Amino acid sequence: MGDANVLARVLDWMPFVLTGFGLNVLMSLLAIAIGTAVGTFLGLGQLSQPLIIAVPSRLATQLFRNAPWLVLLFYCIFLMPYQVGIGGSVIVLPSWLRATIGFSFPVAANFSEIVRGAVNSVPRGQWEAAEALGYGRQSTLFRIILPQCVTRMIPPWMNLYALLLTATPLSVIVGVEEALGRTQAAVQALSDSRMLIPMYLALLAMFFIYAWPINRLSLMLERRFRTK
Amino acid sequence: MIADIQTFFRHLADSGINLTIFYDAFDFERFITGLGNTLLLILLCSFFSIVIGAIGAAVLTLSKGLGAAVVRGYVALFRNTPLLVQMYFFYFAIGSIMPVTKNDIGLPVPLLGSFSWAVISLSLYSGAFNVETFRSGVGAVHQSYEEAALALGYSRMQAFVSVTVPLALRFSFASLANNLVDLTKATTVAYAVGVAELLYVSNQIWSDSLNTIEMMNVMLLIYLVLTGAVVFIINRIETAMRLPGFGLGGV
Amino acid sequence: MNASSSSQPLISLRGVRKSFGPFEVLRGIDMDIRKGEVVAIIGPSGSGKSTILRTINGLTPINDGVIMVGEIKVNDPKVDKVKLRHRVGMVFQQYNLFPHKTVLENVAMAPIQVLKEPRSLVEERARKLLGEMRLPDKADSYPGELSGGQQQRVAIARALCMEPEVILFDEVTAALDPEMVKEVLAAVRKVAEDGMTCILVTHEMGFAREAADHIYFTDKGLIVEHAPPAEFFTRASDPRTKEFLSKVL
Repeated sequence: MGDANVLARVLDWMPFVLTGFGLNVLMSLLAIAIGTAVGTFLGLGQLSQPLIIAVPSRLATQLFRNAPWLVLLFYCIFLMPYQVGIGGSVIVLPSWLRATIGFSFPVAANFSEIVRGAVNSVPRGQWEAAEALGYGRQSTLFRIILPQCVTRMIPPWMNLYALLLTATPLSVIVGVEEALGRTQAAVQALSDSRMLIPMYLALLAMFFIYAWPINRLSLMLERRFRTK
Repeated sequence: MIADIQTFFRHLADSGINLTIFYDAFDFERFITGLGNTLLLILLCSFFSIVIGAIGAAVLTLSKGLGAAVVRGYVALFRNTPLLVQMYFFYFAIGSIMPVTKNDIGLPVPLLGSFSWAVISLSLYSGAFNVETFRSGVGAVHQSYEEAALALGYSRMQAFVSVTVPLALRFSFASLANNLVDLTKATTVAYAVGVAELLYVSNQIWSDSLNTIEMMNVMLLIYLVLTGAVVFIINRIETAMRLPGFGLGGV
Repeated sequence: MNASSSSQPLISLRGVRKSFGPFEVLRGIDMDIRKGEVVAIIGPSGSGKSTILRTINGLTPINDGVIMVGEIKVNDPKVDKVKLRHRVGMVFQQYNLFPHKTVLENVAMAPIQVLKEPRSLVEERARKLLGEMRLPDKADSYPGELSGGQQQRVAIARALCMEPEVILFDEVTAALDPEMVKEVLAAVRKVAEDGMTCILVTHEMGFAREAADHIYFTDKGLIVEHAPPAEFFTRASDPRTKEFLSKVL
């Protein structure tokens, strides 16, 4: 079997694996959307003054940040119902969707820390200046502080997204048929141990081509914002 | 004493919270084995990943040619691909071309088992992050310190080892603690290649004893304690190495 | 005057040029410094004063010209850096003490590690030097626990401990609060009075006038004029020098 033959056989299976990769991308996009929304609330919660909000926000952030992704995934797969009833209709939650929710927790916790870090990186003087001008705490946060730190949050947010994408294959362990699962299926169908390395390399390349530019762009933006 | 504990948890099980690991000797033993393997993974991979990180950062700092390009390629590859796929690649793909030895009764035994591959894979993955941590630690040391050493007759290598490295280490702790917490969490991925670590044995126990929720909570609690311990230890080392009048902000 | 000019200079620069990218900071520098001489280099900021110092001990490589320290040709790419830096000490504007080493270690480490001298001998010498710098009780402190003036005196002791033939002082008082400038200048003067060859880049005109044997004035990468201080400060001939002196005096 020549090298050209190996390559041809890898390419034969690429549409099959790429369809699975589409699911990885879909899960990552949904999880980053949910995680960013929830994380914003958690982050602002951590910064808020009433302890009744600040303490639970901080605890939730620490809990989901320090728990292994795979453990949170197991929680969502085993403890979340297979279907939920809203009103009269019943919505079935397929395992990929439950896995996506599982990924959203650590994303939310990490984004919560990004928000907190960005707000805390604004010099104290900005708060004092706003207070001296008669702004309240809320309006200082939303009108003065957050607009300054949104750009600062973009690079770590992009890194978080790349990290999330590279975590999505964990869902294969709980039975989601994404790119890694499909690669395993393809390797089994090929039943040729010489195809193992090329097939896995192709899968690694797929993730690399998607994630590397995101991390590079994030680095570039970070440098640009820093020099401002 | 032990009997009392066992009795307590048996009664607790009757009331709905079934923690078999505290009264069933078999489950207890499995659980301790899993915990031991997780701790071993954390210790071995921390060690190797720090060594890899230190070597990588030294190469990036001291060389500009091929060596630096290789290290940059390594970091980019391992940071931008999934750990699980890396581990499968090592265990299934590379493992398939590794020599196989025979054991006492003539059965084939792979040269490297799943535990060894997990250590290799996790160390390489975490090492890539440590390269960047130590590299930016070196970057945070103002070059005037190296210059002062050069002016005293030190060679670049000597200046790097006796002035830049000790200072760079002190700038690296926060990020290193972060990486080691991530490593601690990532050891769960070894589950996927069948290493009997904490997640793996917990899964076995809840499958046998049907106490999923209890075991998951115990397991989660242990991981939180482990990540907390990693942070605590790094902070202790950082405090012990703190230099009077030398803060993160000052030069 | 005649006696000193006939003797061989310890340090000589001939036609030294240095560019950073498109920007030429040294455009042909000639200097001669004899043993035991104290030379001050003055001039506006960005005129290349500090770069001259850094070329003498090879911290900044040059593009063109010749620099000799004794028989050592500094611009030779194969120059023995250890030998050169044994002979040429340097004190920096920002002190650059090593924050992870105690004061005594800072002073003694290079002679032990680089010159391979016996520890006991070096530490004895280091303690004596700290005494001369009026810091005998600070040996076990860390640099971060000292004031700027104290740190700079440790840096001087560190340079002296290498037993060099010449010490380069690069704006050693520029980073200090006014009340500490005096103690450091006193330390530099003591070093000079003990016979050490000194090259100082400084903004302290009064100090240059009293302590230096010879003054060099640089502007835009060139040495505009040089003379003994009495002559320099009273009869400067070049208009650029006159303008500078009218601003700073």
